[in-house]
Order: sequence, then structure tokens, then C-alpha cells
Amino acid sequence: MQSTAHAFKDNVEHALVDGNLQQSLALLKVGFSERRRQAVERLPEFEALRDRARDIKNHALAHLDFYLEAFEAKVTALGGHVHWAPTAQDARDIILDICREAGARTVTKSKSMIAEEIALNDHLAANGIEPVETDLGEYIIQLRREPPSHIIAPAVHLTKDQVADTFFEHHRKLGFDKRLTERSDLVAEARQVLRRRFQEADVGITGANFLVAETGSSMLVTNEGNADLGNTLPRVHVVIASIEKVIPTLEDAATLLRVLARSATGQEWSSYTTFNTGPKRPEDPDGPAHYHVVLLDNGRSGVLGTQMQDMLRCIRCGACMNHCPVYAAIGGHAYGWVYPGPIGAVLTPQLIGVEEAGNLPNASTFCGRCESVCPVRIPLPKLMRHWREREFERHLTPASVRQGLALWAFLARRPALYRRVTGIANRVLALFGRVAGRYAWLPLAGGWTRYRDFPAPQRGGTFHAQWRARGGARR
Amino acid sequence: MTHPPVSAPAPSDRPPGLGWTVGLFVTCLVDMFRPSVGFAAVKLLEDAGCRVVVPDVQTCCGQPAYNSGDRGDARRVAAQVVSAFEGFDHVVVPSGSCGGMIAHHFPDLFDDDPSMRRRAEALAGKTHELMSFLVDVLGVRRVAARYDGSVTYHDSCSGLRELGVKAQPRTLLASVDGLKLVEMANPEVCCGFGGTFCVKYPDISNAMLVDKTADIGATGAGTLLAGDLGCLMNMAGKLQRDGQAVQVRHTAEVLAGAGDIAAIGEPEAA
Amino acid sequence: MSARDQVLGAIRRSLKRGALSGDARVAAEARLREHPVNIVPVRTTGTQDDRVRLLEQWATFNQATTARVAAAEVPGAVADYLAANNLPARVVMAPDPALDRYDWNSRPMLQRRRGLPEDADRVAVTGALAGIAETGTLVFASGPDHPTSLNLLPETHVAILREADVVGPLEEVFTRLRARYGEGVMPRTVNTVTGPSRTGDVEQQLELGAHGPRRLHILIVRD
Repeated sequence: MQSTAHAFKDNVEHALVDGNLQQSLALLKVGFSERRRQAVERLPEFEALRDRARDIKNHALAHLDFYLEAFEAKVTALGGHVHWAPTAQDARDIILDICREAGARTVTKSKSMIAEEIALNDHLAANGIEPVETDLGEYIIQLRREPPSHIIAPAVHLTKDQVADTFFEHHRKLGFDKRLTERSDLVAEARQVLRRRFQEADVGITGANFLVAETGSSMLVTNEGNADLGNTLPRVHVVIASIEKVIPTLEDAATLLRVLARSATGQEWSSYTTFNTGPKRPEDPDGPAHYHVVLLDNGRSGVLGTQMQDMLRCIRCGACMNHCPVYAAIGGHAYGWVYPGPIGAVLTPQLIGVEEAGNLPNASTFCGRCESVCPVRIPLPKLMRHWREREFERHLTPASVRQGLALWAFLARRPALYRRVTGIANRVLALFGRVAGRYAWLPLAGGWTRYRDFPAPQRGGTFHAQWRARGGARR
Repeated sequence: MTHPPVSAPAPSDRPPGLGWTVGLFVTCLVDMFRPSVGFAAVKLLEDAGCRVVVPDVQTCCGQPAYNSGDRGDARRVAAQVVSAFEGFDHVVVPSGSCGGMIAHHFPDLFDDDPSMRRRAEALAGKTHELMSFLVDVLGVRRVAARYDGSVTYHDSCSGLRELGVKAQPRTLLASVDGLKLVEMANPEVCCGFGGTFCVKYPDISNAMLVDKTADIGATGAGTLLAGDLGCLMNMAGKLQRDGQAVQVRHTAEVLAGAGDIAAIGEPEAA
Repeated sequence: MSARDQVLGAIRRSLKRGALSGDARVAAEARLREHPVNIVPVRTTGTQDDRVRLLEQWATFNQATTARVAAAEVPGAVADYLAANNLPARVVMAPDPALDRYDWNSRPMLQRRRGLPEDADRVAVTGALAGIAETGTLVFASGPDHPTSLNLLPETHVAILREADVVGPLEEVFTRLRARYGEGVMPRTVNTVTGPSRTGDVEQQLELGAHGPRRLHILIVRD
């Protein structure tokens, strides 16, 4: 997917005045967090499960090569194929080859952030193969030619009216000529349209929530069941998954699943949680004859063993963005690439470079709400701070900021000078602000005073000056 | 995550902190903009039997540099804080963000310097946010103060998530005569200050502030309290720009009986 | 260098070691072999009857419907359910021999076809490998007696679950799978299904019947 992360500030400007988006975000702000809270309340073991989930992922990452090999051996023994893709280009090529070999004209896809990351749909389409998104949210945005704005609810930025308009525009040629208004009707129409596409498809491409080394299984979690239709009906099932998705055992999957749905949508368990293992067995009446797993690296191996490693624990639940006040203000598209919200702020600079995506880890107050809800306890603010450190080291931080910081640090390390300078500033600001008690505008503080007044200091001098005058103890 | 230390409540016939010398980390915002917060902290600590010392070599905790990725300057400023404060029984900070900086982040700044790291860890272990110190360490449950009117409370992020400050200010406010606490919707959602964030991304900050001030207004409370002056100045500035008649104060001021002074952003009596 | 070597090599370089060996390897192999259980929620303990009731509660919470019946009542329960929901008395049924134990001839008006679902099939009737009380979830394993598409294509799915097959936590399902198929072996697909298909993709409100069944009815059979 083409990045607009460098244009973050422009993206934000548009997002803040987008009425439909703001209406949708108003729902998101309270909906997801309330549902998660209720689900957590219902499960006394939740906090212990988070700790265990973190530990499982850490263990898997420390032994990633071993578990990937174990997974591969199991899949291969069943007649499935495992393909290794060091880069996005490799993955695109591998999948195109598989589709061509299958003589595919259409492929159904279930939601996969990895597929977005490698821009798979465009590649297939450019080579004469039609990809059909089947997750309802992905289907809607595919019709609108928009990227997803959330990692589990890709169309969360749209209102029902926008969806109705989109269906009316695109479904007419299929024989549906009424503009619908009810949600249930919209869903029913999508079901009808996509049912035909499921049945026509030659290849089904899915992502994977987890890859289980013990059995060689890929796991898929959906509420719609679209992924299961996509991996059952076609002749060929292709799984595209990044390497850090592998976990050791089924029991480990159980732990991760217990925190996944609750963190994502507040459900106890997603409606369809499926384990797929290899192609159909000779005696199976249905299922794909061919099963392929494409393992994508695309920069992840380079994160292992670094101070950024914790980001690889992510299980793509979306809780961080559901609870982030910045995401709630600007929505997912503003982040400019595949992964929005706090995880996007950490992952995007890693995958496409901090020069391109530098704004993302900076647009945070470090409130920490994301970390407080992450099911695998990723220290997201700390990772964002590491990105800021890298930018600072590489002089990517704006010069004005560096100079301001340098001046502040210069003063802070010279207490006597600091006292004099702050004493003057205090007196000047107190003096000129004494009538109103605040400033509607201050030089150098335009960012602040654009939207709020600036309180004037109290009169009487700084705290330290007053403390000294009173003879307060200083040691 | 470290939790505030909890000790048994002191016997009731003497103030709980008798014998303890506490270093007060004033914070740069309190020093420059609202010394009354510092004096309120001193009063609360002295009433609880502590001897309060304010080292005058303190300036800043280093958080602006730290959060901007400037580890070098952050470390140098932090080293200064460590030297200035390591001699006290406890160090108290009327701010969750500066308190969190010292209690949580200082040790990491000295990863490559084991002896400095030990000193930073020692300081971190005895540094507390003010409300948490009063309630969790000194066992204070009541203050003798009066404040008539309804009050709402904002949970500043660092205090809440790094230092576990949530129940303690509410416990103490509940003991203030005449005060009625009305909880706002979403008290734990960030107000949009975030240090330099509010000036680097003013439009996003404003969007967050709009939500926060709407929640404040919806309570009908006449006063807003919080434990962090940065958050308070941010919210006060917005409330006043919008013409919302809400007085904004630091919790310590109300608890120390100084709830009658000019609120943040209001002109003082001539 | 193959792509495989490239990726594995990059991982090992980052982890600052060669291929996993020695004690660490032994431990990892043991973990795969022994698959230790992590934390199992307490809500899954209790009597079998507790578990059945818990499964019913959670299944209902997720918009499935349930009924507890004796074995002799199963065909009648299916026929009655269809009538109550204005569905035609015509079902596609899994070829599962376990379903033969019910006296379908007691309801001759109920038309049954065994095999794969076709477009016109509106109701599927299947058995279930297990029911998970912890979350109100049904477990279906693919095989000659249970085509996966029966769980997905028809609009209504009636699942016949034996009480004895109700387990507490998901982990017990794994135990049963291992017992049936072998250590480290799985069928092509294990579907775990909790309620009907749904989506929240339009204004974050729940709608049922997104792609999979719109209705899920669970008959819990006393032996």
C-alpha cells in the first residue's frame, strides 16, 4: 500500500473536519472500550491470561526459527506447501504463481493486514486476476477504493448512509436496483452478492491469526464465517502470514484466543474460530485440494533481538486503537498506511522507515491507555519513545525543537541561572497578565493559544523565590 | 510497574509522618506558574508530621528532553535530580508526570552506568506523588478543610497509569466539608496536554480537549480538580476560551484549605 | 541461498545464535510433545449438568437457540423447530453414522438428504464433535461424515450435540482430538462455532447472517 504517512498533518486536517468520520468515531470512542470492559469483568483470570499470553509470545519469538521449521515439517508431511518470502515482492510473486498455476480468474480474500502490507490486490489485478474481498468491511472499502482504517473493523470510518450509497452505486449492474436504508438489508444484499463470488472462486486467500507449530495448523478468527467459506469452497487455499504468527501448541493458542476476542470486540470468543491443517484428506467430501502457506518476513527478522522486539508480540486485536484518544480524534486513514493507532505508530516506521513515518510516534501524549489494554502487554509508549530517540540521534527532529530542548536543558543544569531566567519570565508574564489572569495570545505560543487561553502566573515570584524569602529549609 | 508502597496507618495520637524528612520536588510548572500548589503540598506534609525541605538546586525532572528522544540531556538533568534528592527519607511530587519520571524512568536512563543506576533506583523507590504519599504511605484519610460546591476530578494519565493514583485523591476529597464530588464521564481519558504534544499537534490536542471539556461541562460542577498542573492549565485555558464557568484548581490547594484563592487563569485580587 | 535459508538465517543472526541446539532445543521439543496447559478459567469446572447449563447460557448470549431433549425426541425437535421458524421441512444432513441412531422415520414429513449442501438447501443438520461450555461453542471436525460446508452454506444450522460431548474448556477439545486423530494430528478443518454468523461492520451494530448461517439451533441430547 502506498504510504501517505509523511503527509500526516494534512491527513489530520482533513480528518478533523470530515463529518462522517467524526460521527463514526463518536461511536467507536465508547463502544469498543465499554464492551471490552464488560468482557474483562466477566473473566477473573484475565490479567493472569495477559501475562501468560505475553510470555508465550516472548518464548515463541526467542525460538522463532525452531517453531517455523516445526510448522513447516508438519504442513509438508500432509501434502501442503510452505513458501518463504523474505520481502513483500517475493510474497507477491509466490502468490501470483500459485494463482496462475491454478488457472485462477477470481480469488476470494478474507481480511489480511499482511495482504495490505504487500499490496497483493493491486498486483493480482494488474495480472488479470480479480481479487474479491469477502469480509464485509473490506468489501465495502474495496468498492470505494479506500484503504482500511482499522485493523479489525476496516470500514469503521463509514456511516450507514455511506455504505448504502456505495452498494447502490456498485450493485446496480448486478441486478440490485434499490437504495437500501436498513442495516440488515445492506448485510443481506452483501451476503447474496458475495455468496456467488465464493462459489465462483478458484483460489481462496486468507491471512492467519496464528500458526500452530505442534500440528501445522493455521488459525483464522472471524465473526462472519467468510474466511471459512474462502478456505473450504475453492480448489486452492493460500495462507499469507508473517513469521511472528507462529506459536508452539494448541494450548498456547487457547490462551491467546482467550485474550484476543475480549480485547478486540468484547466477545468471549469470535463466532468462527477455525483450525486449518493441510489440504483435504482423500476421504474428505469438501475442502481445497491444495494448501499453501506463505511465510512473510519483510523486516520482522531484523526487529528480533533489538529494543523494539516487543512489537512482534502483537496479535492484531485492535484494542490499542480502540482506546487511543488520538485515534479517536483522527481515525485510521490519517496514519497514512496499513496499520493505524498506537501499534501503527510503532510498526510503520519499522516497516517503511522513520523518515517517512516519523510523525506517527510523535503524535502521542504517552497517556498509556494503549499499553494498559494490550493483551500481550506491549509497552507501546516506550517503543514510540525509542522512535523519537532514533529521530533525535539522526537529526530528524525539527531544528526548532532541538534548539528549544537544548536551551531548556542548558538552563535546567544551571540552577542559579535557571532561577534568574524563570524569575524574570514569571514576573513579566504575571505583570502583563494580571488584569485578565490569562493570555489570549502569546508570542512563540501560537500552537497553544490557537485554541485555548494561557493562564498567567501567580504574582509574588516563583515558588523558590518565595520559599527562600520565607526562610524555608533548603537542605 | 511499581505500585506505591503501602504501610500501616499511623497511630492516631500523633501525626503519622513525625520524624520523616521529605524532599519536595516542586516541578517547573508549579515553580513558575502556581507556587500556591507547592505551598499547599508543604502544608499537607507538615500537618501530617513531616519536615519539608526544598533543595534549591532543583530545576526540572528532564521529562521534556526524555519524551522528545533526547536521552543525553534527560540523563544529565536526571543526574542532577538524583544528587539533589538522594539524602531524604522520601521525595514527594505534586504531579503524577514528574513523579512518574523520577519513580519509573530515571533508572532506565542509566542503563550503562551501574552505580548511577543504583542511585536512581534508590531514589525511585522512595519518590511518591503527593496524594499517594499522604494516603498510601502516611495513612492519612482526612483533612480539615472546607470547600463548598460540586467538584469534578480528572485522572491525569501518568499519575493514574504509572503511579496508581486513582482512589487516594478521592478519599481525601471525600473528607472535605461541603464538597460534593461528581464524577465526569471518561475521567481516565487524556485531556490532550501531553507536554510538547499540545503545541506540536495543536489540532489533535484541541479535538481531545473538546471532548474533555464537554464531559466536564456535563457534570454541572463548579470546580475542576486534578493533580497535575500541566493538565490543569490545559483544561483551564480551554474552559476559559469557551466561556465555561468552571474554576480550575489543584487538588492539593483544596485539601490544604487554599480553595479560596484565585483559580487557574483567573485574575488575582489587586 | 534459498529464501528459506535467508529468512531463517536472518532470524538466527538477530537472535545471535545458530540453529537451536542443546538444552534449549530439547526443551522446545518437549514443549511441543507435552503441550502443557496454561491457565484454564475456573468457570469451566463443576458438574456435567453445570457445564451443559453454562453452554446453553453462553450459546444463547451469542444468539444461538438451544433445547435439551431425549434421544427419542430428536427428530420431532428438528421438525418442530423448522415449523416454528417457517422453514420448509427439508434438510441436508451430514452423512455421520452417529445421526442414524435417531428415529427419523418417526417424522416422515421431514425430508432428508445426506451429503453436501446445494444452493437450494436452507437447513443443515449435523452432529458435533463437542460443545465447549466455557464459551457456548460447538466444535465440528471435517471428514467423510461431516463436510465442512454444511456448517457454512445453508442459512440455518441445526446441530445435534450429545450431553456427554459437552466439555468445560477448549483444552478438553484438544484432548479429544488427540485421542481421535493422534498426537500432533488434526483433521483438515476444525470449526469452532459460537452462535450464528454476524458482522458489526456497519456502524458497529450487530447484524446476523453475514456469510455463514443466520440461525444456529443446538439440540442437546440426553443419552
